[in-house]
Amino acid sequence: MIQFSQICKRYPGGYEALKNVSFEIAEGEMIFLTGHSGAGKSTLLKLIAAIERPNSGSIVVKGQNVSSIKGGALPYLRRNLGLIFQDHKILFDRSVFDNVMLPLQICGFDYRESAKRVRAALDKVGLLEREKTSPIALSGGEQQRLCIARAIVNRPSILLADEPTGNLDVDYASDIMSIFKSFHQVGVTLLISSHDESVLRQFKGRVLALKNGELCP
Amino acid sequence: MNNWLILHIHVLLFTLRRFLATPLSSLLNILVIGIALSLPAGMYLMLKSVQSLAEQAVGTPQISIFLSMDASKDEVAHIGKQLMQHAGINQVKFVPRDQALEQLKQTTGLTDVIGGMAQNPLPDAYIVYPKKSDAQALEALRDELQKWPKLEHVQLDSAWAHKLEAMLKFGLLAALILAVLLSFALVAITFNTIRLQILTQREEIEVSRLIGATNAFIRRPFLYFGLLQGLLGGVAAWLIITLSLYLLNNSLSELTHLYASSFTLHLPSVGDSSTLLLLSAYLGWLGAWLSVGQHLWKLEPR
Repeated sequence: MIQFSQICKRYPGGYEALKNVSFEIAEGEMIFLTGHSGAGKSTLLKLIAAIERPNSGSIVVKGQNVSSIKGGALPYLRRNLGLIFQDHKILFDRSVFDNVMLPLQICGFDYRESAKRVRAALDKVGLLEREKTSPIALSGGEQQRLCIARAIVNRPSILLADEPTGNLDVDYASDIMSIFKSFHQVGVTLLISSHDESVLRQFKGRVLALKNGELCP
Repeated sequence: MNNWLILHIHVLLFTLRRFLATPLSSLLNILVIGIALSLPAGMYLMLKSVQSLAEQAVGTPQISIFLSMDASKDEVAHIGKQLMQHAGINQVKFVPRDQALEQLKQTTGLTDVIGGMAQNPLPDAYIVYPKKSDAQALEALRDELQKWPKLEHVQLDSAWAHKLEAMLKFGLLAALILAVLLSFALVAITFNTIRLQILTQREEIEVSRLIGATNAFIRRPFLYFGLLQGLLGGVAAWLIITLSLYLLNNSLSELTHLYASSFTLHLPSVGDSSTLLLLSAYLGWLGAWLSVGQHLWKLEPR
């Protein structure tokens, strides 16, 4: 499903975020990506979604070479991915409902069909009663769940989550982890990064550990 | 209804809402565009009106030949024959001095003054219609006739119209240059308006791109905005021009009445109006396209 071969990523100014990273993720796997902050977790996830480009090596996602993808094909790659961002990237100028609606609008779905899907996604993360609220009124955990709803409303086959439990207390964090587990059970490929290994310990799954931009064996 | 159409209607409504959300600045932008466009377009229309007047005069070039007062009847008839045989002349019309006096009385209302004169001050005259109507041929003919005996004065009636035409051409060129310059200004105005909008919607653009929006999807509302602003600017220009011409015509009619003429400035025709609107809408669209294009280019992953 996702294949990295000998990926190097150097940022302008010489900082090397990833050094010769190679791994492979099969379809339907749930992978945890761990390491201290600055270890290169975010960079790795950004490379999969082609938000950043690698300096060398190749990345293949669903049979498509992402490292050399053309600008015109990029949007269609991203529509197959569910992205959950560290900083949520929620739009505060519109309601919870409209935030989740955005990916479907972008794909040009029929409005009534989309509305059903949005409600289903909000129901899954437990925000259905709050669809008309402004995201400002949501707590940190709820904002995180809104971000998840937006990522899954498109029914992507791959879900990438960057520090989804970052600033949440333990109860919220395990809430969110169990939502992820339910996606795993329906066959979604998940890649979840976290610097907090205590959250991960309660779940079974393969762990990829990064240290200073290198993959620990 | 198909999905594509719904999508576009949706974007159009969204654009309208955004337009109405900042009524004052939208109105000011429209006014600036309207004024900028109405200057060259109004100038063009006024010159066109004067040009059509000049064309009427140039259309039938004629030469008036006034004979000497001491020419005898035989001499007058002889000159008439010579004129008719001349290779460069199409048609000759004789105006006897008595008839000319009669005409003068009727058209100018100077009956009393003329009646008080002891004798007819007017000479016999021929009006000549040359075969060629270009300025050079006319002038050559005039110079030739001037040398004939017993001719007091040869006047080229359309000379003033040619001069006017040349001046109008100069004016139209000036209007064109002004139009080109102000078109750039219009593109710049839209470019800047859209740039400011992009700044306020930076996050939305960023998030949309991250979740799979194509560049066309991101561009669309801005392009609609530019198009709409340009179009409304064009409408404003049209209103300014039409209203100004209407007011000018009102006071012009008083003026031309005194000169016993019926000259009016033409209001913009359907063709002129649609050209104006299409052009302003296109320029608005272009400004928006450049602005969004520049922003999207900056966001490309490297």
